[in-house]
Amino acid sequence: MSAPAAPSPALSARGLTRRFGGLVAVRDVDLDLTVGELHAVIGPNGAGKSTLINLLSGDLAPTAGEIRIGGTDVAGWPAFRIARRGVGRSYQRTNILGELTVLENVRLAAQRGRTTVGGLLAPAGRRRDIVAAAEAALATVGLASRAARTAGLLSHGEQRQLEIAMTLATEPTILLLDEPLAGMGPEEAEATGRLIAGLATRHAVLLVEHDMDVVFAIAKRVTVMVNGAVIATGLPDAVRADPQVRIAYLGEDA
Amino acid sequence: MLPQTRTARLALVAGFVALALLPLVLPPFYLMLGSTAFVAATFALSLQLLVGGTGLVSLGHAAFFGIAAYSVYLISPGDTPLSVFVTLPVAMIAAGLSALVIGAFALRTRTFFFLMVTLAFGQMVYFVFHDTGLGGGADGVFAPRPILGIEGFSLPMGRRERGLTLYYVNLAVMAATFLVLAGVLASLFGRVLVGIRVNEHRMRMLGYDVYAYKLAAFTLAGALAGLAGHMFVVQEGFVNPELVGWHRSAEALLIIILGGLGTLVGPILGAIALTALGEASQQLTERQLLVEGLVILAVVLVLPRGLAGLFSRRARSAVAVEVATAEDTPTAQTGPLGAAAPVRTEAAP
Ligand SMILES: Nc1ncnc2c1ncn2[C@@H]1O[C@H](COP(=O)(O)OP(=O)(O)OP(=O)(O)O)[C@@H](O)[C@H]1O
Ligand SMILES: [Mg+2]
Repeated sequence: MSAPAAPSPALSARGLTRRFGGLVAVRDVDLDLTVGELHAVIGPNGAGKSTLINLLSGDLAPTAGEIRIGGTDVAGWPAFRIARRGVGRSYQRTNILGELTVLENVRLAAQRGRTTVGGLLAPAGRRRDIVAAAEAALATVGLASRAARTAGLLSHGEQRQLEIAMTLATEPTILLLDEPLAGMGPEEAEATGRLIAGLATRHAVLLVEHDMDVVFAIAKRVTVMVNGAVIATGLPDAVRADPQVRIAYLGEDA
Repeated sequence: MLPQTRTARLALVAGFVALALLPLVLPPFYLMLGSTAFVAATFALSLQLLVGGTGLVSLGHAAFFGIAAYSVYLISPGDTPLSVFVTLPVAMIAAGLSALVIGAFALRTRTFFFLMVTLAFGQMVYFVFHDTGLGGGADGVFAPRPILGIEGFSLPMGRRERGLTLYYVNLAVMAATFLVLAGVLASLFGRVLVGIRVNEHRMRMLGYDVYAYKLAAFTLAGALAGLAGHMFVVQEGFVNPELVGWHRSAEALLIIILGGLGTLVGPILGAIALTALGEASQQLTERQLLVEGLVILAVVLVLPRGLAGLFSRRARSAVAVEVATAEDTPTAQTGPLGAAAPVRTEAAP
């Protein structure tokens, strides 16, 4: 497999570390995300996968290390500025605007990058372009028929899909997905897995997921974390064969 | 936001028309009372942008009401009244700028701490007026009523005409405030405020500068509170530290709760109800505050969505049936301030 000169990563982290008191939740992690290369991060419960995403998205500030997006170190930036740099994320625990309609959830996501301060007093309904972008994102995840429902009343699986639609509607270049399939039925999970694989052709995707079948079916690169540290990273087959990984992690299942 | 359904919109217009026709049958004494209620409603409306709109519960909102009122007094030379075209912009800008400065600090905090910090700032402003000679000190001072128009060309404000004039002027001010806020909440800006109320963290992660949006809302709310404070001086012709005190902030919150948290009609209904209740209990009993308190408690218990809830079909069923079940009906629609019936956001994993 000889590839043309590797494109430079959209996001690269070096020496990323986060402590919670005495606990080192993420320890000296190096990680690159490239458009077109679906990068999965796996590891047992408490390995630090969600904390890693929280660091990359700005939900948490790193204790040490740098996060470069397009040449700029954004480590420690306020989360909204990191989001504006093209980082979109979904949450392991559903995090939506439960009181509002499904469409309004996605419309707000779509609105952010499509307005200027001067135009903010325009009636929201007039901006058909924003509504159209929101509807397109809903259609992508298969929620178009639910647009008018109250988001908090959707089924759990549908709320997970809404999470992804909101993330997509901000038109990020970098997607950080924290267990997007958790709690979905088999059919929803399969469809969403396919959707994520498709998104990876146009986005730099970091996928944290416990469903190993899906991970090894769609990931181009797999990183294994245990106790906050990366113990292996590489092509899926190489990682699967890694004896350390088998002992530390995959072995648990065998 | 304006009411969603056609019927609701018609009811709203009918309500305003009824208020406009009321002076035909009302004895003059009640005109002044109505006017007082409209000023209170304007003030409560401005607070509703923060409470029901953005999810910011402030206990210092009266500061901006009072700063506007005092600024009318402070710019009027001696006993000479100025035109409302001068006093109104000055009062609203003074209130808005104060809100910008106070908000810049207070909005660094959230929830309970925000409540405490706004209370503290409000009391600071109170003591500035109470303890310095700036505006008559603790007793307050007479302020020349601004001329409603320009010299020689103004609305009649003689002792006998005043009631009718103020009734209509303050009704118009209240209606204008209502329309401005309805427009703001329906705008791209207002939708973000509602999003912040519902889930501030998620809005931040979508890339919104939540602090800047809150500060803009706080400043606008302050300026509109200033509009109400200005109209207070036009009506009463005096200022005193009570205008700034936390009682007035708390009363506006009470009006909002009484009228309904989720709507813009709520503050209007609440203000009219509270003013009427105050007057009635004063005339009927010697224990005005006790009666007021009991009635308000009863209303809040029976109508969890406030008086405005009386006019929505779903809320009526919430009263008739069971609050909990009505809230869980899967037919919930987005309500006037972008709120459906309270809904659990967390789904079980
Ligand atoms: N805010 C926090 N404060 C203190 N400790 C935390 C915090 N967030 C995470 N941790 C700890 O950091 C470690 C890593 O947690 P994290 O949620 O990142 O694991 P994870 O790999 O996502 O696990 P899971 O697969 O269960 O989602 C855990 O021991 C957790 O208890
Ligand atoms: Mg996790």
